Amino acid sequence: MRGTRLELRQVRRRFGELDVLADISLSVRAGEFVSILGPSGAGKSTIFKLLTGGLRADGGEMLFDGKPLTDETRPFAFMPQRDALMPWRRIVDNTTLGLEVQGVAREAARQRVAPLFAEFGLEGFEQHYPAQLSGGMRQRAALLRTVVQNRAMLLLDEPFGALDALTRSGMQRWLEDMWQHHSWTALLITHDVREAVFLSDRIYVLTGRPARVLREVKVPLPRPRRELASPEASAIEADILETLLNPEEDQRT
Amino acid sequence: MKSFHMSTPSHAFASSFGKIGPALLSVGTLILAWELYARFSGISPTMLPAPSRVVTQAIQSWPALLDNTLPTISATLLGFACSLMAAFIFSVLIDFFKPLRRALFPVFIISQTLPLVAIAPLIVLWFGFGLTPKIMLVALVTFFPMLVALVQGYAATDEDIEALLASMGASPLRIFLLARLPSSLPYFFAGLRISITYAVVGAIFAEYAGAAKGLGIYILNAKNNFRPDLVLAAVLVSATLTLVLFGTTVLIQRLAMPWDRLAGEHKP
Repeated sequence: MRGTRLELRQVRRRFGELDVLADISLSVRAGEFVSILGPSGAGKSTIFKLLTGGLRADGGEMLFDGKPLTDETRPFAFMPQRDALMPWRRIVDNTTLGLEVQGVAREAARQRVAPLFAEFGLEGFEQHYPAQLSGGMRQRAALLRTVVQNRAMLLLDEPFGALDALTRSGMQRWLEDMWQHHSWTALLITHDVREAVFLSDRIYVLTGRPARVLREVKVPLPRPRRELASPEASAIEADILETLLNPEEDQRT
Repeated sequence: MKSFHMSTPSHAFASSFGKIGPALLSVGTLILAWELYARFSGISPTMLPAPSRVVTQAIQSWPALLDNTLPTISATLLGFACSLMAAFIFSVLIDFFKPLRRALFPVFIISQTLPLVAIAPLIVLWFGFGLTPKIMLVALVTFFPMLVALVQGYAATDEDIEALLASMGASPLRIFLLARLPSSLPYFFAGLRISITYAVVGAIFAEYAGAAKGLGIYILNAKNNFRPDLVLAAVLVSATLTLVLFGTTVLIQRLAMPWDRLAGEHKP
């Protein structure tokens, strides 16, 4: 059985008078794709800032492989909402950024990313600048930069939020496909219910601010998943939407 | 935004004329009006020489002009180089120790309020007729704009990129080198384009206050000899010098920031 990697227990965080995270408890097992789904402004991104060390929690526990998270142990590769590619670096140098920060030599880093360019649909664009790429390609480059860091777990913060609907659907399918080959462990933040259902093994539905986990939804759909809106997926989607729209009637967690 | 590809030379020619055409037209009209007025209004050439006379005189006095231009160029470039170095060092210090900004900026702002007419003769009095006072004056007028440009440039860094680097475990120094410094480049070059024009003016002013050679002292002598044509010939040289330096900064920017002109290009 796959062991639990990340576990949050009753994590809390407030900003002055503003109570953002009231009670967040969740877990992610090895090889599992888990989504955090919640309304905009619910503090989803705050959870990631707590995980990556950008913010401190006011209370609760954050464990990775059973040990508390510290600044020295950074098991996460983080992909921010906007691609955050450096406009002055060529794509290949953008994708090796994390390795460079880890101290990997330039040539060695380039050799590590090179074989992945084809799979990420970026072959032939190694020497291009981000400004020369379309939104979908930039997002794939950002994901390549994330996965090549070889961290235990990926944190994806609304990675497709800035894309147009058609590109987004294509990217979701592509990511689901990549999932089959790589068995990454990932935590995804999104407010797109369909995206969460399509990609996830489990979904944590959050309340509005102050956020707490409203519901945990298992998505037992078989993989590979080809259809964004199969009848089974649509049923789960409708159920979650109902929860999000009428949170008072649904206080089971 | 224009994003067509220039395929033929005639297209390229038409496009570059489209860019500089209006400037040529306005400058040309101005010079033509001046020429006509100087020739036909009966005004004495010792009051207002015609542009054609300025150019002929410039060609005739070319050896003397050149002899006085070279010291101005070295004062401009050396002063500007010192100013750039100082601005960079202070900008980095300010970026890492924010309270320094509050301590230093009032001093620098006061330095910008000093009238050049007053400060230039004093500096010449204290440091003599050599190159040193010129370098100091050029540095004085260009330092603050460059410092402000750099400090603003660092502050303009994309927060997402900094958060990303922090999540990768990068130290503040790494974040500065990988993100803040490259982010400041557009601001740096904008500051450079403004400062380089100040630099030439600063050098000429310093020479005006006292120098053995230089465009400033050449202008002073020509004025004292009632030769406005030679004054304007020196102005022509200094204007050309400024334009060349300005063009050089634009060229350096293009070479240093090749990604800057790609945004409007065709995307796959």
